[in-house]
Amino acid sequence: MADIHEAPHDVTPLPTYFFVFIALAAGTLLTWYASTINLGWANTPIALFIATTKAVLVILFFMHVIHSTRLTWVVIIASFVWLGMLFVLTFADYLTRFWAID
Amino acid sequence: MTSVTYHDVQFLEPAKTRNYLNVDYGALSWLLTKDHKRIGILYMVSISVMFILGGFFALMMRLELLTPEGDLLTSDTYNKFFTLHGIIMIFFFLIPSIPAVLGNFILPIQLGAKDLAFPRINLLSWYLYMIGAFTGLLVVIIGGVDTGWTFYTPFSTQYSNTHVIGTTFGAFIVGFSSILTGLNFIVTIHRMRAPGLTWYRLPLFVWAMYATSLVQLLATPILAITLVMLMIERFIHVGIFDPALGGDPLLFQHMFWFYSHPAVYIMILPAMGVASEVVAAFTRKKIFGYTFVAYSSLAIAFLGFLVWAHHMFVAGISVYSAMIFSFLSYFVAVPSAIKVFNWTATLYKGSVSWQTPMLYILGFIGLFTMGGVTGLFLAALGLDVHVTDTYFVVAHFHYIMVGGAVMGYFAGLHYWWPKITGRMYPEWWARLGALLVFVGFNLTFFPQFILGYLGMPRRYHAYAPEFQVLNVMSTAGASILAVGYMLPLVYLLWSLRFGRKAGTNPWGAVGLEWTTSSPPPKDNFHETPVVTWEAYDYPAMLKAMGETQNV
Ligand code: HEM
Ligand SMILES: [Cu+2]
Repeated sequence: MADIHEAPHDVTPLPTYFFVFIALAAGTLLTWYASTINLGWANTPIALFIATTKAVLVILFFMHVIHSTRLTWVVIIASFVWLGMLFVLTFADYLTRFWAID
Repeated sequence: MTSVTYHDVQFLEPAKTRNYLNVDYGALSWLLTKDHKRIGILYMVSISVMFILGGFFALMMRLELLTPEGDLLTSDTYNKFFTLHGIIMIFFFLIPSIPAVLGNFILPIQLGAKDLAFPRINLLSWYLYMIGAFTGLLVVIIGGVDTGWTFYTPFSTQYSNTHVIGTTFGAFIVGFSSILTGLNFIVTIHRMRAPGLTWYRLPLFVWAMYATSLVQLLATPILAITLVMLMIERFIHVGIFDPALGGDPLLFQHMFWFYSHPAVYIMILPAMGVASEVVAAFTRKKIFGYTFVAYSSLAIAFLGFLVWAHHMFVAGISVYSAMIFSFLSYFVAVPSAIKVFNWTATLYKGSVSWQTPMLYILGFIGLFTMGGVTGLFLAALGLDVHVTDTYFVVAHFHYIMVGGAVMGYFAGLHYWWPKITGRMYPEWWARLGALLVFVGFNLTFFPQFILGYLGMPRRYHAYAPEFQVLNVMSTAGASILAVGYMLPLVYLLWSLRFGRKAGTNPWGAVGLEWTTSSPPPKDNFHETPVVTWEAYDYPAMLKAMGETQNV
């Protein structure tokens, strides 16, 4: 099976992992803090923005994607494009449901 | 003297007659096998049991519908029967059918590989399938489920008092077996092709399986999460789909169909792959427009994700999004039509031979086309309002799933049976079976188009008396269909023992699977093949034969 896997060439230095971990912890605190103040319509976008940033960090560093092959990038980006299709077309229903019909 | 020398063994069992079936014996050698061919056979046996069970529920429904009164089954039992029929046929039979049986067996051989990329994961996928299937069987035994195969909320989460959790759990588990098969195929196609076997030399069955696997990988997780959300709501009343708890029932339909429309392509794409193989083999021609047929599989896989809300036109979605989904649904018909035209063009001036696999595929092409065209009727917003939830829809998807996908499975089963078992099936009986299936099928389902158009709703055990004649026709057809399906069960088993020996290449077909012995040796090939020819190079083969044999 050795030919199926890429040789494990993990070049991420240890401090990077600690740094990412601290960023994730900070993100968690930030989410909690943001939930204590009312920002009106921005509540959800801000929470989602922090969560997305954290997810990207995990995918890039903890899942080693930043050092992975192009094919891996294709797989990951395609998965998110598909998720996007689900969201966009579902919201095409929800957001236009109450538009007037002339 | 009883000692056997090395020499004797060689004499008794020359290396050639060693094959994947007789390398070792015993239950464990099957239950713990990592051989893709044996796993394919395990799947074949399991899904056949499911097909018989699903068929039983179908026949009981057709018997009930012989008369307008609900006299044979109570409405509750009828609800359970159509639910179990749908769940068993779709999740436990049709989705695994061609990929897990024929794909498992043939795909690695067509690639010139020894096995799939992950043999252990392949075995795991069968065990997951079995766990899911047993959960399903358990539900049947302890009282069934009545939500329909679509599990629509809020009925499934709030009102149904049948075994919803058990059933969804079974479907959930089987989903993972499907994901693992898809994953295995994708990696295998990328990494394990024989030297010289470039992408554009791949058999079209491989392209079709590749497209199918992508859909399995990208769509099935959505089903899994949707079913988990359903279970959570039913179990601990978290409001996701139930309006009373602040949820939205249409969210369930969106998510369910985001999987289930692509899932209909998980069922039909592999059958299209079989069609390309069989059409080429029995016309002795290259498939017309190879690249178009190859890429149309990928186009179907992609576009199939963009049409799901055509199942929800009358459910209360916004009319604007309904227009978008209607338009996109018309779009998905284009690559399907490309395939149909290209097969037809391949038939043109081919030397067609009427063996059983070809009979099934000719049936497939016609019936799939009718199913596809009536799909376009349904995708038209105005017409759908009239026929949605009637027998018209039932006829539409049976033309595609039974007339199309099941016929494709039977075509492939007959085409590769000599390779799988080393024995020929009896041609005369098999042709009779194909004929009975074709006639029985049309008699069963064509009247349902008319019934639906006249307004007979689906999913009821009683109906208005004026619909009786067409329903009697349908039930009569179903009985013929049942006989047509029973025949292969008998003669295929018979052929295991009494069938003529097949030899390496009984059809005179090209393709790597026809270069190795039947049944294939444990590692598929005695030495790794090197591919120097294009797919379906029948012209070159016929020329070579002409030169050497002067025919
Ligand atoms: C040309 C492509 C197709 C189009 C445009 C199409 C369109 C449609 C539409 C609009 C409906 C909803 C009808 C209604 O509920 O009122 C429908 C139902 C259905 N179609 Fe198709 N279809 C196509 C191909 C397929 C294929 C390839 C399959 C299966 C292999 C399939 C299986 C089904 C099933 C199972 C249903 C009914 C689901 C249910 O409500 O239980 N269709 N189709
Ligand atoms: Cu659909």
